Amino acid sequence: MKYIDEYRDPDRARSILRKIGSVATRPWTVMEICGGQTHSIMRNGIDQLLPETVELVHGPGCPVCVTPLETIDRALAIAARPGVVLASFGDMLRVPGSCGDLFAARSRGADIRVVFSSLEALTIARENPGKEVVFFAVGFETTVPGNAMAVLQASREGIGNFSELVSQVMVPPAMRAILSSPDNRVQGFLAAGHVCTVTGYEEYEPVAREFQVPIVPTGFEPVDILAGILRLVEMLEEGAVGVSNEYARVVSREGNREAMKTVNEVFEIVDRPWRGIGVIPRSGLGLRERFAAFDAERKFDVGYVRTEESSLCRSGEVLRGMIKPDVCSAFGTECTPNAPLGAPMVSSEGACAAYYRYHRTEE
Amino acid sequence: MPTAFNCPLPVTKHETVQMAHGAGGRLSRELTERIFMPRLQNPVLAALDDQAKLHLDSGDIAFTTDTFVVTPFFFPGGTIGDLAVNGTVNDLAVGGAIPRYLGAGFVIEEGFSLKDLETIVQSIASSAEKAGVQIVAGDTKVVQNGQCDGIFINTSGIGTLRPDAAVSCAGLAAGDVVILSGTLGDHGMAVMTAREGLSFSAGIVSDTAALNGLIAAVLDEVPGVRAMRDPTRGGLAATLNEWAEASGKGIAIDEAAIPVRDDVRGACELLGIDPLNVANEGKVVLAVPRAHADAVLRTMREHADGSGREAVAIGEVVEDHPGTVVMRNVLGSRRIVEMPLGEQLPRIC
Repeated sequence: MKYIDEYRDPDRARSILRKIGSVATRPWTVMEICGGQTHSIMRNGIDQLLPETVELVHGPGCPVCVTPLETIDRALAIAARPGVVLASFGDMLRVPGSCGDLFAARSRGADIRVVFSSLEALTIARENPGKEVVFFAVGFETTVPGNAMAVLQASREGIGNFSELVSQVMVPPAMRAILSSPDNRVQGFLAAGHVCTVTGYEEYEPVAREFQVPIVPTGFEPVDILAGILRLVEMLEEGAVGVSNEYARVVSREGNREAMKTVNEVFEIVDRPWRGIGVIPRSGLGLRERFAAFDAERKFDVGYVRTEESSLCRSGEVLRGMIKPDVCSAFGTECTPNAPLGAPMVSSEGACAAYYRYHRTEE
Repeated sequence: MPTAFNCPLPVTKHETVQMAHGAGGRLSRELTERIFMPRLQNPVLAALDDQAKLHLDSGDIAFTTDTFVVTPFFFPGGTIGDLAVNGTVNDLAVGGAIPRYLGAGFVIEEGFSLKDLETIVQSIASSAEKAGVQIVAGDTKVVQNGQCDGIFINTSGIGTLRPDAAVSCAGLAAGDVVILSGTLGDHGMAVMTAREGLSFSAGIVSDTAALNGLIAAVLDEVPGVRAMRDPTRGGLAATLNEWAEASGKGIAIDEAAIPVRDDVRGACELLGIDPLNVANEGKVVLAVPRAHADAVLRTMREHADGSGREAVAIGEVVEDHPGTVVMRNVLGSRRIVEMPLGEQLPRIC
């Protein structure tokens, strides 16, 4: 596994930092949309090293964090049924629902398994024809091709005991929602390298034009992030608008066409609620009518789900970039990774968890 | 067709473990005689009494117990049997004891493959031999299908305490150097790879190994080792946090100095797991007075079995930030290393 050390090179990082300092002539506020980048920023102390002129605000790009409470409660209800195997990515298991998380459900006897991809869940379905296997299909554009492929394969092979509980969301509509908000402070975006690998960055061009902002797709290592910030600041200083790719070793303009073809075959654009944010029109993906048989929501009628968020948790404001996690009064006291009130405290991509895990020492 | 029969003979009548294998009757005896005894041979065990009668040199002893429930039972670099021996040997050794005798208890699920059991017992035998310990007591129980996950092994161990080794993490002093015997995260990521069939990290091998030889070499050579620990579950982060808390001192480490294999780091990056939190089964971390640090490093690196070849100083004990572990990261900023949570959860994307 290469391509790590050269992007963690302290000398390169320091040289880019110096350039950012000399290029930025006035204060700029930029958002890294992706939770993976938030973690890298905190872990490497990049926010500490940046000149005062550049403020980073953290975006909603954490799939676990924005999965609606109602969907988690629905997953809990489905998992509690006899004969059901709920397969999920690992970091969904500790996300609090209205009453408890999937770990708690597992300790009560529910068959909940951690998988690394939807295709693994499909294998479980194939090997256990007597069980109903439900895959918890959450995530951004990074997870959606695999999740589409699993449905397609299940359909081709006639695996009737496989379904997906879908809460797929997309980045560009979230950017639009943030930029349209009357109290928006974000002047430019770092776009998420992994997402752009799948979708390409073409679809960010209309967003950049419409809202007159620069958008820079970049990677997750310190040098990637710093190079992305430098490019953003340069564009802001020049008044440039558009998309400038700082992750060319991975991301192309058109993305992975094959993957997107599969996605479009299986999924269609729908309105989706985002936890902490609310419904964003045309921001998510749902299974097309022809794949309704693989839609867990239709397969398992769990009826009305009454949800209850913690009254202390301010994760909605964190997710919209309105506040930093440590401003919340519950941060580190009532709310810790051990006993999270909100999803951003759980995930390895959540901003609150990043602040908690990598908070610095008192100098 | 000619078959090469090697002693010990395989159990031919059944291919899997039956309830009767744990019932104390004829089948139990067959299991003992055909699988356990030939591999774990020693005079104490051969007496087949209900207890092992042992002679220890005068002085204090150390005693420990640990239970192993890992799946899969076989992974690159070892088996659950290797872990069961090495884990208990290492728990004794890091306390300054010379591991001598182990007992092993097996809980086996009905239907478990006898061939796999043979392989596991064989790995126990060879790990014990390598570590220079004897398995002097044992027990087997068979439980119904579904009541355990294949096989669980408990090992207990007795060691004689070296009079010269008063190691305790409470005694850490500011200025002590923190030394790590080699790369982090190999075991945890090897098991995760084997368990989940992650093809991208297929070359990762568990580091399971007995460390009593390495530790004895250090203690023979250099006086005054302050503390030792094998950073197993919870990884280096858990060990150092326990030390900081117990001693009331701070611990400062340097990210750039901490060795992590490229493939382990790559797998950790992809899964969103911090190598500092991943289990190791063949590594030791030591705190030694600064004056002796170079001698300790030299002894470890030169040790014949190679288990300390990559030993490095990764940080120091400080008066600042008492009870807290702080890491200076590669870009020069600092962050607190938290005590890890229970389970390592791979992230979504």
